[in-house]
Amino acid sequence: MQTTPISAALTRKLRRLGPQLAALFAILALITLISPGFLSITVQNGRLYGSLIDVLVRAAPVALLTIGMTLVIATRGIDLSIGAVIAICGAVAASLVADGYPLVAVLVAVTAVGLVCGLWNAVLVAFLDIQPIIATLILMVAGRGIAQLITEGVILTFNNDDFADIGSGALFGIPVPVLLWLATGLLVGLLVRRTALGFLIEATGINRRAAMLAGVQARFLLIFVYAVSGVMAAIAGLIITADIRGADANNAGLWLELDAILAVVIGGTSLNGGRFSITASLIGALIIQSINTGILVSGFPPEFNLIIKASIIIVVLTLQSPALGFIGGFLRPPGNAGQPIGKASAEPRAGEKAGTTRTDRAPTTFSTQERTS
Amino acid sequence: MSSQIPLLEARNIGKSFLGIAALDGVDFTLERGEIHALLGENGAGKSTLIKILTGVYRRDRGSIQLEGTEILPETVADAQALGIGTVYQEVNLLENLTVAENLYLGRQPRRFGLLDRKAMTAGARALLARYGLDIDVNALLSSYSVAIRQIVAIARAVDLSGKVLILDEPTASLDGQEVEMLFQVLRQLKAEGLGIVIITHFLAQVYAVADRATVLRNGRLVGTRALSGLPRMELISMMLGRELLEIESEHASDRASAGAAGEAPIRFENYGRRGSIAPFDLSIQPGEVVGIAGLLGSGRTETAFLMFGIDRPDSGEAKIDGRAVALNSPQAAIANGFGFCPEERKTDGIIGEFSVAQNIALALQARDGWARPISAKAQRALAQEFIRSLDIRPPDPDRPIKFLSGGNQQKAILARWLVTGPRLLILDEPTRGIDIGAHAEILKMIEKLCADGMALVVISSELEELTAVAHRVIVLSDRAHVAELKGAEVTADNIMRAIAAPATTEAA
Repeated sequence: MQTTPISAALTRKLRRLGPQLAALFAILALITLISPGFLSITVQNGRLYGSLIDVLVRAAPVALLTIGMTLVIATRGIDLSIGAVIAICGAVAASLVADGYPLVAVLVAVTAVGLVCGLWNAVLVAFLDIQPIIATLILMVAGRGIAQLITEGVILTFNNDDFADIGSGALFGIPVPVLLWLATGLLVGLLVRRTALGFLIEATGINRRAAMLAGVQARFLLIFVYAVSGVMAAIAGLIITADIRGADANNAGLWLELDAILAVVIGGTSLNGGRFSITASLIGALIIQSINTGILVSGFPPEFNLIIKASIIIVVLTLQSPALGFIGGFLRPPGNAGQPIGKASAEPRAGEKAGTTRTDRAPTTFSTQERTS
Repeated sequence: MSSQIPLLEARNIGKSFLGIAALDGVDFTLERGEIHALLGENGAGKSTLIKILTGVYRRDRGSIQLEGTEILPETVADAQALGIGTVYQEVNLLENLTVAENLYLGRQPRRFGLLDRKAMTAGARALLARYGLDIDVNALLSSYSVAIRQIVAIARAVDLSGKVLILDEPTASLDGQEVEMLFQVLRQLKAEGLGIVIITHFLAQVYAVADRATVLRNGRLVGTRALSGLPRMELISMMLGRELLEIESEHASDRASAGAAGEAPIRFENYGRRGSIAPFDLSIQPGEVVGIAGLLGSGRTETAFLMFGIDRPDSGEAKIDGRAVALNSPQAAIANGFGFCPEERKTDGIIGEFSVAQNIALALQARDGWARPISAKAQRALAQEFIRSLDIRPPDPDRPIKFLSGGNQQKAILARWLVTGPRLLILDEPTRGIDIGAHAEILKMIEKLCADGMALVVISSELEELTAVAHRVIVLSDRAHVAELKGAEVTADNIMRAIAAPATTEAA
């Protein structure tokens, strides 16, 4: 209580993001050791260039997907369809651009398509009560088929510099994809944290039944998160399509849903739902892209890429593992032992009196044991 | 006591979970050729006793002798090998295997190292023939009714163990005819000399099939009695306990006057849902506490679920201030000024990882909608107020609620509804699983809220609790409202009489 509320909040935030930031800086430092030019940033024709900028640009699709995926996972769900939604949205964008529709119309249409895809998932999850992994698997499989129908089985190319700018242009020297994911992340972050959406989403994710009995409209929240996820996939689809100036129904966004899930997990949001941090997830996305770019610039033979990436991710996740928390438990207050590092801050004073904590917990356990009698 | 050694004898069994006694000095004796009912309300310790007998838990104290030999089963397989088999309410068989495969799972007959299907089929047939069951043993278990599955499970358990058979709520999902079929099987096994322990909440079935009954309450042995000649009333009073009877009846007459004339602002007319609770009429005045009594499974919680919109009614209507309202969801009920503290605090009440403050703010936030957030600071201020007035401990609004004791969790859930300023608060077992101190405080709280003009519905299996706080008590039996006791009639005796003899009770 000696600290002012603002600095207390900042401390909390830093403690929450600490492991992710540390991992990111460690990886950046490692890459810089191997290839010293990694950190250099230059300005050419009023646009920033450099490997670091490249990381930010290339991270855009996964970062955008991560924003939606974080919210979906916070409700204890998962969205496997977003890679396929990228393909659908890319195909729609390419065909509309090729047909000469104005840019604004294309953007609106593609966003609407992403929204519809998200709502489709939401209906399956929220109204038909299908498990999210199965519900979104349907669109994951069907989505590429839909995209192939739109592109009629070919790679649909176009020539439109205005649209291509979404993927390769720059505004105030900063590449457009970077601006897009930063702005979207900020917008969605403010939307869920400045309103009560985040609070209600977390309540639903931790205990959906209890939340519903307290009057929380869990269905509305599920519709919201899957809709956001769909729209994020649409924006990612726009960037990818604009970047390669064409739509490849087979490969656009392939496996990106898995990278997004990984980014969320690296970000410390539990797949069991509940507490989430979009910022931490975005850092997770940057970690993944740093590894990708780092391997590339370090000059390792490309056949090692996936193995090295997997190894680094194992290290990052091991450091966050709850199992490791028991080892680290000697160093931390007892109340925190066994919790993921990312969650330690959720419980600032639990460790004050170990004895109290234990007896406090007892009756709850007792009633669980007895409920079956 | 005859000199003959009983089949199973448990003496002075004690078991605690993290310092809380679940069983305290319980004796239990099972004879050969006996069907023995184990009775008690939720939390009485029935399950714990069964789990100790079957090797799921290890006892802290006491001894268990099977045919005079001391045993200490460490696992379920251990107990099985010793001769103690169990059949659970949710049949513990694999539905996607055939009947024969289920019967021989883990001990399939082999021939040249391969599965001997022929022997298995023949063995399964012979096994089930003992129970008068002539079915296709190579059909999937899932293609048969629950009753058949139940008998298959019994056949497997008896074949594996053969001395003691324990049945946990075997009849919960059976209809009348199926129950009779199951009882036939039990009577046959009894005639063969097995000792059978049955846990059930249906007293009629206890009298129909069991020879003796052992009653537990709050982890202690109330008594073991032969059922023939034991009045139902006496059995129920053993289960519910009635130590505070005299004191409480005074209380009840004090408050006879409340809930006076005039159209009640909250009315449920012919409100019901098939398969859940028969249609009932209930009207509640402000400043009135309506108690709901009945044994487990009598429709107590179902009544609450219906009133709070968790289940939808299929008959009747709810009227508030004379206007018909549709209570189709908790949101609708909350919008009409209802609040509900559920019985299952952990699964239906608390948001475990949320802080006390966040838990308290949840219902208000949900009602206000997502666009009008309650800031963390406001949440904390709200929590501080109720931490003080309800004496929630530790007084830390930021502590995750899962680290609080049951009583303090319950207070926080109570606070969650009080901040919404409800006109009707439904409390389902508000004092379940909480310590004596918090128990008294919550009852005091109920009285205070009622004095402030709130309407309350209190569901409880503790009669002294109901007689202490309720102006009126609705008695449920077999999923129907069977009696209503008012004012001076609200005594533990009258409630028990109404539960025991629904047909002869004159509805008030």
